[in-house]
Amino acid sequence: MVPLWMYLLVAAALFAIGIYGVLARRTAVAILMCIELMLNAVIINLVAFWRFLTPQNMSGQAFAAFVFVVAAAEAAVGLAIILAVYRTRKSVVVDDINLLKG
Amino acid sequence: METCINIISTFASCMVQSGTQPGLALFLQFLVGVILVASFPLVLVIILIWGERKIAARVQDRLGPNRVGPWGLFQNIADALKLITKEDITPAGADRVIFNAAPIIAMLAVILMWAVIPFSPVNVGVDLDLGVLYIIAVGSVGTLAIMMAGWASNNKYALLGAFRVTAQLVSYEVPMVMALLVPVLLASSMSLQQISYAQLGMWFIVVAPVAAFIFYVANLAETGRAPFDLIEAESELVAGYNIEYSGMKFGLFMATEFLHAFTANLLFTVLFLGSWSGPWATEVPFLGFVWLMLKTFVVYIPSLVLRATVPRVRIDQMMAFNWKFLVPLSILNLVVMATLVKVCQVAGIAPDAASASDFAANLPQAIILLLGNVAMVLVTLQVLRNAGRRERLKMEALMADTDRDALPAPAAHS
Amino acid sequence: MLEINLPLIVFAIFAVLAIGGALGVVGSRNLIHGALYLIVSLFGGAGLFVMLSAPFLAAVQVLVYIGAIAILIIFAVMLTRGMAQTKEVVNRQWWLSAILALVLLAVIGIAVVMPVWGPNGSNVVNLQVAETTAGVAELGIALVDGNQYVLPFEIASLLLTAAMIGAIVVARDD
Repeated sequence: MVPLWMYLLVAAALFAIGIYGVLARRTAVAILMCIELMLNAVIINLVAFWRFLTPQNMSGQAFAAFVFVVAAAEAAVGLAIILAVYRTRKSVVVDDINLLKG
Repeated sequence: METCINIISTFASCMVQSGTQPGLALFLQFLVGVILVASFPLVLVIILIWGERKIAARVQDRLGPNRVGPWGLFQNIADALKLITKEDITPAGADRVIFNAAPIIAMLAVILMWAVIPFSPVNVGVDLDLGVLYIIAVGSVGTLAIMMAGWASNNKYALLGAFRVTAQLVSYEVPMVMALLVPVLLASSMSLQQISYAQLGMWFIVVAPVAAFIFYVANLAETGRAPFDLIEAESELVAGYNIEYSGMKFGLFMATEFLHAFTANLLFTVLFLGSWSGPWATEVPFLGFVWLMLKTFVVYIPSLVLRATVPRVRIDQMMAFNWKFLVPLSILNLVVMATLVKVCQVAGIAPDAASASDFAANLPQAIILLLGNVAMVLVTLQVLRNAGRRERLKMEALMADTDRDALPAPAAHS
Repeated sequence: MLEINLPLIVFAIFAVLAIGGALGVVGSRNLIHGALYLIVSLFGGAGLFVMLSAPFLAAVQVLVYIGAIAILIIFAVMLTRGMAQTKEVVNRQWWLSAILALVLLAVIGIAVVMPVWGPNGSNVVNLQVAETTAGVAELGIALVDGNQYVLPFEIASLLLTAAMIGAIVVARDD
């Protein structure tokens, strides 16, 4: 069996890459994809801890399932907002979306 | 210790008995199993295409392939050889890696489905606990392959075709999954082997004909068969998403299409037509395989005749049919079936695990569920009739209006 | 310290898929390529779920992420023409972001490899793993059991409905 810390390390790497992408990428779609990566890292963590600590009750998997739901909802609404912004501003680069800037 | 009854499922124990290392024997068993399960569909598809061409030819009053081999049986081998020897073109501006990966992924998505199909009471690739969910998940990868093919071709028609196909596949997945849930509900398991065993007493098509109908129609659309073959609407899209593909890459797409259609009917058989169940199937496992294939061809051949007979629907008609008819009906069906099954369980007339293979024990629940289905069909027909009448009245009113307007002033239109 | 065995090799393959795909997502100039890299990464994640004996989540990962979210993203990229190619991939503060991500990774990595948490500070890393786990049936019961997760489950379905309606309203062209 692969030890727990390896799973946690992979999840941490995914999360860090996601953080970098969210902070550094310029297009909104790329940022959305990086958020998906971070959510996936969270799910890997939840499932790994569930498997190693409490494999007999379902708390970890149930929470992972809820994270899936949130991820799906976030992707749908996020892409809808991106489409709406693109329609009005003709751009999805987040630096250009500065209508509310003083 | 297992004995060597069934050559495939007890391959390892047979090898160990004749003196092979257990680990190696197990590995060899898996290897043989994988090769068997994965190559059988590839061989089958050659016969499928031949059968399809023959039947389509008969419907259209032609002979079909009859030159290569007896009754033209080897025509498709000749065609495959021709496809292999053709020049392999990658169009300029195409995304090379994605372009070449798309046909492989499309084929993979279909062949992976065969991994969980129970061929007989003892022969199944892997008896997954969540076989049905696995089938849906793997099937959704096929949509991705089409998307990749359409985008990577760097061609407007390919992209448009991919858009249409994706819209169609994603839409029809909804009623298909809803209909799939009914056998899962009746067998109270997602494993396809468990669903097969649950049908030993009573086939699910008797118990849930509405779900079977929805699944069959949604599958026709999901596999892009007529009347839902907008995937390859030649007259509208030139050729659809695979316009830029040539040679064996196109061959892979074509083989995928035929194989997917057959696999969908195979799934229909497993879920609704009792899978491998038949006389002596549990005693002689190979007979189970024969029954499964026979039943699959019984549902597959009508779909071929249907394909050669009906015209193609328009895309808006197809979407309206899905979202305004199939999806509401499938939701209603699921709710009604779940309620009736629960009622049967509370009333104590549902068959328990011990008596599931007994026909008489299944009868009371089956009658109740069947009555529920008949009621659903009647209600649906009534709703459709009312909607049709309303539509017709509206059209007649419109016609009367235009007639009155048109007579005094014919030029009013422009 | 570590013996090389079959699970470790399989784990390494899936981990490389997951992390390599993630690097592809942040690094690729073309957004469609980014979305396909995302699929590779998520597929690696699904493999990890199988290794953690959570096949249900693996199937849901393939179904929801690859079958729905990735296709949604590809659709959105194709619908907003010209979005697929932007000149600059990253903004001016990219080096700051990189440093932040590396620091975060280092902190989590140290905390993970040299554990300091757990019940009474015990070493969680080397704990024994149970051979048997609860299966799909238990998960199904847990999600609809009145004493466990039925309320979150209902709220999740409400959230999905709200998100669906919201997405349609926001993205509608009128």
